[in-house]
Amino acid sequence: MHNIAVLTELSALDLSRWQFGLTTIYHFLFVPLTIGMVFLVAIMQTVWYKTGNEKFLKMTKLFGKIFLINFAMGVVTGIVQEFQFGMNWSDYSRFVGDVFGAPLAMEGLLAFFFEATFIGLWIFGWDRLPKGIHLATIWMTALGVSLSAYFILAANAFMQNPVGFEINEAKNRAELTDIGAVLTNVVALNQFPHTITASLMFAGAVIVSVAAYHLKRNQFVDSMYTSLRFGLWTVLVGGAGTVLSGDGLGLAMVATQPMKMAAAEALYETSSPAAFSLFTLGTPDGKTELFSVKIPYLLSFLSTHTLDGEVEGLNDLQAQYETLYGPGDYMPVIWITYWAFRWMIGLGVLSALIAVVGLVITRKGRIQLPKWTWNTAIWAAPIPVLAISIGWLFTEMGRQPWIVFKLMKTADAVSPGINGVDVLISLIVFTLIYGVLAVVELKLLLAAAQAGPVEEKQSKDEDQLAVAY
Amino acid sequence: MQLQEIWFLIVGFLFIGYFVLDGFDFGVGMSLPFIAKDDTDRRVLINTIGPVWDLNETWVIVAGAALFAAFPEWYASLFSGFYLALLLILAALIARGVAFEYRGKGHTIGANEVRWKATFDWMIVIGSALPALLWGVAFANIVQGVPLNEDHVYTGTLFTLLNPYGLLGGLVTLTLFWTHGLMFIGLKTEGEIQVRARELAHKVGLVATALAATFLLWTLFAITATRELFVLGLVLTAVAALSLIGGLVANRLERSGIAFSLLALTIVTGVGALFAALFPYVLPSTIDDAFSLTVENARSSDYTLGVMTWVAVIMIPLVLLYQGWTYWVFRKRVSRKSIPVGAH
Repeated sequence: MHNIAVLTELSALDLSRWQFGLTTIYHFLFVPLTIGMVFLVAIMQTVWYKTGNEKFLKMTKLFGKIFLINFAMGVVTGIVQEFQFGMNWSDYSRFVGDVFGAPLAMEGLLAFFFEATFIGLWIFGWDRLPKGIHLATIWMTALGVSLSAYFILAANAFMQNPVGFEINEAKNRAELTDIGAVLTNVVALNQFPHTITASLMFAGAVIVSVAAYHLKRNQFVDSMYTSLRFGLWTVLVGGAGTVLSGDGLGLAMVATQPMKMAAAEALYETSSPAAFSLFTLGTPDGKTELFSVKIPYLLSFLSTHTLDGEVEGLNDLQAQYETLYGPGDYMPVIWITYWAFRWMIGLGVLSALIAVVGLVITRKGRIQLPKWTWNTAIWAAPIPVLAISIGWLFTEMGRQPWIVFKLMKTADAVSPGINGVDVLISLIVFTLIYGVLAVVELKLLLAAAQAGPVEEKQSKDEDQLAVAY
Repeated sequence: MQLQEIWFLIVGFLFIGYFVLDGFDFGVGMSLPFIAKDDTDRRVLINTIGPVWDLNETWVIVAGAALFAAFPEWYASLFSGFYLALLLILAALIARGVAFEYRGKGHTIGANEVRWKATFDWMIVIGSALPALLWGVAFANIVQGVPLNEDHVYTGTLFTLLNPYGLLGGLVTLTLFWTHGLMFIGLKTEGEIQVRARELAHKVGLVATALAATFLLWTLFAITATRELFVLGLVLTAVAALSLIGGLVANRLERSGIAFSLLALTIVTGVGALFAALFPYVLPSTIDDAFSLTVENARSSDYTLGVMTWVAVIMIPLVLLYQGWTYWVFRKRVSRKSIPVGAH
């Protein structure tokens, strides 16, 4: 009997981790496109409003449609995220609710209501609102989306770098003492621009992909050429911003979570200067290196902004943590953090490179290009979102074994009352629903993209709704 | 009034807001197979809530987050305890949300349009009816109490929740939300569909009245009477009963605006009566009263509640203002004429 109890307990934890990972990655496929696209669509509509050039109206409508198909998925999968803290991680919720709940509730009251209301006004308000007010609603949505991202990142930053709290021993929980500190957490301040610029990269790449699809076929050339250039510039500027903010985030990470940086590099021994390895082949346990390509000084530079700064190694940190927190394994899964860190950066750089080449070869209206260039552009759209997903995988798995760094371990956070069977049921339900929806969603997105900026039949009938389900 | 009492009120306000607003969305969704004769009718119904269902649904997210911030123990025990019930609600809300968005887009990917729409219509119906039922089951059980052990951990199963009082609570919300949705359709449409909505509202409303009366009296005398706010519970129950009957009469007299408003009042006071019955508990334990969660032992610290009070006091009026404006912008009735052909 005892063995069975242990088994169900174990599986509730493991299955909950799988479920949270899967649903979060899935949710965050839609979020960055929402964040990035709302700004780009707002810019397109603003240009149309200012210039009256119909081309920009067509672009607004086309990319607005893609934005909306995607937005619905972001909303419905977002509710799951909030509920899961209580459903699967109730001991976590008990322990940090006093602190962690505040930014979540602020997100709801300040941002989420706001974006949900104004997005409705924007979608359905084309014929109901004066042009200027209607334009304002998409900018209000963008504001709501950004605020929402900020509060969520502040909540996440507390898990990476807990600040602004004290432990109440009697109640055995963390209690908020300084909301300002939580909202200006150095990790949040750096994660926010990193998230926004990476999201812009993704949205820009989607625009590039759609435009390339039509330009390859020589159709809708006027609006699609403008879209292409706009998208390429967005990817490039977003890429530059992602690098800069990533640098800041790296410094913050070294200062607050040195183990994560050591794990990103699989740096076992403390080194100064430390080299950055581009590629390593090692034994399966990751402890011995067989072959490696290294850039000298780079890791020192990334971690400390000096060429010979000391970077702490995994073994030293493990020993330190054992002294501080008792015996245990304090290292994340090294092969995941090591490769995730490289793939995140590599894919991000690849997107930016594609954008640079694209900008050069399509200068001055040139679109008579070999097919493979168009195909590359079309297929480049998923690259930034892949980089984003892998980046989150790195951030969250690099924090393990902690759920709240140095305060609570993931293994202690799972709901004590739930059993493995219930979680298995929910995991299957979410996997099935999300799987089916992924297929439908992708098909609809592709259909909308491939249809292009088609003229919508506008009825002269005043009674008729301009936009309807 | 102490901070935890203020937050009991705010959480109550947010859930009541959710039930009033998404409640009629559920009612509209459930009505599809009953008062729509063809696809245009179904589109008329869906478009009555088109611009607002999303922001209405947002209320539950904000209510959940407020619960998390203000009463972490309540949030933790409730959400982990009601695991499978909440899973069903989540699945239903996902199905309903994407169905609104996707039902008109089948032709863009070459799907069989009739089958495509029929599939998503059923997702809307089930995705509306299931939460309408389960929220009632959940709240009835919160008020009645559930098996919580000394660590405030729920020790029952999904079937523990399906007791007579819980199921009755579920049927009450199902029929009340449905009636409210039908009155919303009466307010927002014209022509034959409006007539059909009013007729069905009367029938469902009578069933709802019988169920709600039984449930609220049961609550009042078996539960509220044993707690602190009996008089308030009594008043709220009386107002709920009167406004429900008044709403049905107004519906009979074809005064849709009044009927809809009175039903909203019914839901406000009816759910309010449940919160009055609950106080000062937030999740009573049926195992031992000492294991119960109350506003006192489930609450956040003074500092957190203080900060959040400022946010709520400033933001809630603003939220009401701009959401009210949205309803004003989309105040026009929807009819068969207003549905554009082809374009979705």
